[in-house]
Amino acid sequence: MGRPEITRDSAELAAAVRRGERQALAEALNLLDNRRPGARQQAAALVAQLQREESGDSGHLIGMTGPPGAGKSTLSAALIQVWRQRGLRVGVLAVDPSSPVSGGALLGDRLRMKTSADDDGVFVRSLACRGEFGGLSAEVWPMSLVMLAAFDLVLIETVGVGQREIDVSRMCDTTCFVAQPGSGDSVQFLKAGILEVPHVLVVNKEDMGAVARRTLSELGNALGRSHRDGNWQVPVLAASAANGTGIEALADALAQHHAILVKGGRLDARRRDYQAHWILKRLQEEFGTHGIDQLGGEQAITVQLVTEQQSLLEQYQSFRQRLLTRDSH
Amino acid sequence: MNLSKGQTGLSVAFDLPTQTGYDSDHPLARGEVGKVGVPIDHIADMEALFEQIPLDQMNTSMTINATAPWLLALYVAVAERQGVDPAALQGTTQNDVLKEYLSRGTYIYPPGPSVRLTTDLITYTVENIPKWNPTNVCSYHLQEAGATPTQELAYALSTAIAILDAVRDSGQVPAERFAAVVGRISFFVNAGIRFVEETCKMRAFGAMWNKLAEERYGVSDEKQRRFRYGVQVNSLGLTESQPENNVQRIVLEMLAVTLSKNARARAIQLPAWNEALGLPRPWDQQWALRMQQVLALETDLLEYGDLLDGSPVVEAKVQELIAGAEAEMARIAEQGGMVQAIESGYVKRELVKSHTRRMRDIESGDLKIVGVNCYNQTAESPLTAGADAGIMKVDVQAERDQIAALQAFRASRDQAAVEAALAALRQAAVNGDNIMPPSIECARAGVTTGEWSEVLREVFGEYRAPTGIDIAMAGQVDSPAMDEVRRRVRVTGEELGRPLRLLIGKPGLDGHSNGAEQIAVKGRDAGFEIVYEGIRLTPSQIARAAQEEGAHLIGLSVLSGSHMELVEDIRNELEKIGAGKLPLVIGGIIPEDDARQLRAQGVQAVFTPKDVDMNVIMTDMVNIIRRDHGLAELA
Repeated sequence: MGRPEITRDSAELAAAVRRGERQALAEALNLLDNRRPGARQQAAALVAQLQREESGDSGHLIGMTGPPGAGKSTLSAALIQVWRQRGLRVGVLAVDPSSPVSGGALLGDRLRMKTSADDDGVFVRSLACRGEFGGLSAEVWPMSLVMLAAFDLVLIETVGVGQREIDVSRMCDTTCFVAQPGSGDSVQFLKAGILEVPHVLVVNKEDMGAVARRTLSELGNALGRSHRDGNWQVPVLAASAANGTGIEALADALAQHHAILVKGGRLDARRRDYQAHWILKRLQEEFGTHGIDQLGGEQAITVQLVTEQQSLLEQYQSFRQRLLTRDSH
Repeated sequence: MNLSKGQTGLSVAFDLPTQTGYDSDHPLARGEVGKVGVPIDHIADMEALFEQIPLDQMNTSMTINATAPWLLALYVAVAERQGVDPAALQGTTQNDVLKEYLSRGTYIYPPGPSVRLTTDLITYTVENIPKWNPTNVCSYHLQEAGATPTQELAYALSTAIAILDAVRDSGQVPAERFAAVVGRISFFVNAGIRFVEETCKMRAFGAMWNKLAEERYGVSDEKQRRFRYGVQVNSLGLTESQPENNVQRIVLEMLAVTLSKNARARAIQLPAWNEALGLPRPWDQQWALRMQQVLALETDLLEYGDLLDGSPVVEAKVQELIAGAEAEMARIAEQGGMVQAIESGYVKRELVKSHTRRMRDIESGDLKIVGVNCYNQTAESPLTAGADAGIMKVDVQAERDQIAALQAFRASRDQAAVEAALAALRQAAVNGDNIMPPSIECARAGVTTGEWSEVLREVFGEYRAPTGIDIAMAGQVDSPAMDEVRRRVRVTGEELGRPLRLLIGKPGLDGHSNGAEQIAVKGRDAGFEIVYEGIRLTPSQIARAAQEEGAHLIGLSVLSGSHMELVEDIRNELEKIGAGKLPLVIGGIIPEDDARQLRAQGVQAVFTPKDVDMNVIMTDMVNIIRRDHGLAELA
């Protein structure tokens, strides 16, 4: 007898995820990762269920990006430790770009992020890029929603600048960019506008001394310090994951940004905007401009996505369905 | 022991908890206590080991690395209790941690602090135990990890350079004594089946070491520049199928290190013919000893001078090896030396590449192994038909006894003295003072192996070495068989709705990671998403990782013989976190009896060194996943 991936219906699964049950969470993530049509329906139902039950601004979704070698995973590990000490439960989506296009992948940087082997307050799921050039895999967004239902903080960690970094900053409540000391790249990227301006900028490896300090001041200068979000001055911080310095301050800055979003009362609406954008992008990737036109054009889709009460993932599925059935004629 | 028969040399192997700095009652030690050597938790264990053995008359060789300063400290403290002057002690500590990051895996701390501990032991013995051989640089394990002869030469000599440079730069040894330090460095080398090349490798080693000692370290005395080495011949090439063939392999490999008088090994250890099956029995080990005795006593080899001097064929091969090794050493030097090249993962990746190439050649038949990929028909062997299936069984009661003794010891000691000694140890570790004197004080005070190691873990940090599996996919490996495996992996992933995910776990303290690495690389090439995080994971870590990562299958690799306990622990952990239904396969040196039991307990497949065709292993794993999800197997 075979073992189905999902052993319970979506309402039951959603309730178990919200209770933070490990196995339920694992099953939910497996379901969201599943591309079979039946599974997609189930996944949409699960996310809809969770979104009905959760308030739209619960949890804090943080994206962490930066060039390879900047020390993101050690920094994440140090942050996780601080968060755990503050009693916060943390979900991590580690997006690994090292996987080749041909299918297989090597994943694994989890151990660093674990404060202890038996800590149920940290849950790490790794994702291969699976051939999606540049951007994040389609699964990342719905997975982050499921994780938000189970954890106080969800951290999406990925390597890279360019499309992947833009994807992250257009999905997360707070984006943190980790710069590599001594490499002028980050500064150039910022100046050229290749880099979306993050909410928090951190130079890791502060222990490198003068080099780190120089990068720090260059970044400070290159950056128009007000974020386009308004009402937020982008802090440029220094930290050293190796020496454990600056980590508390980084956690504080991330929390401050979140507090401002919550206080402004716009977090829910903002997430909905981001999610609409995400869906539009997915539809564009899968069906091209032609598909978008058939659905009435970008504008109309966005309006519908943002205003309709139906959950976004369900709408996404029905858009897909409409295009797929039309194609078969 | 044969002390009454005049034995004056003793070789001690320690169990994995002792080697990796854990007490016998630590969760990671479960199933490992007393398995691959003796457990030493504290001074009373060391004292019992050398009971009735006067240490001033004994030459003791200790196979110990990360915890070498600690074991030497215990040895010194036992000598004191016997009334023996430590200055009179003779023996060897292996004390080569660098190769542990590349093979075997019994490292604890990051490479930098490890080299410092190595250095402290060397400088301490030069001053205080002058007849001690403080370090034995190992190329043996590099070959086991896949090194070609060129790589073996390059990495062993680069390791020796890293250690000697550190000793020199530590300023702990006066310049005029430095040549003596160089002279005390010995090597532990491997010999594989390509015995002509291996002979040449030994000659190359001698020539390169001589030059290095003279040019880099200014050693003028020729005797101090001599390449002193011991050998254990290859166990990587020993086969599980038709294991009797290993006897002739071992004999030929022994020739490699004896044939050339000018490059002859000082000491030879031969493996038992049945090492690939499980732990050898005394009779198996006796057979190995007899091979040496026949060569030394019956043949005329020892009656002649060097047979190979002046041979242009040999000389050309030696020069080729030297040129290759020097080029690789230059690459290491460019990166800042062996420590940096290990930390960056460079060396490990090169070794994984070489080993992957070897495995592919075996699979394709380009590299012939009799009884494995050719001539594999065999008559039934009387050698493996005994009631114990030709291997030794380990006593489980011994572990319980050891733990009880440890806990009684802890309860009986002067806690204040223990804490004071540990505080002094921490102080020395932080300040950069030589670690030996406070370690000896710890030994006297009754500190345990776990406590000593833990203090240094807190100061130096614990290290996870690069796994080396992130090597590029080799383009030329496409074979019809591999294409078929790839198709199956892809199709099954499509049927299940997401790519197949395999979690490879190496539980316990055993650091022999070749198998896990090869499966990881092959699995990746076949289209699996592989989660592999290196060695020394607890059952709980493995179970949780499998669940969190949504693995379809867990593949365990266990070579220490602790497979029964570890599988039981991991299944319990999975059950505990609600993932008890995840299918599990295991690979390692697993006797057929145990394999049967494991399968009966629900382990889906047991792979052993007999299973050389990795396409078949991959296909089996795909089918296990299919079965688990109610899909028909692909024939």
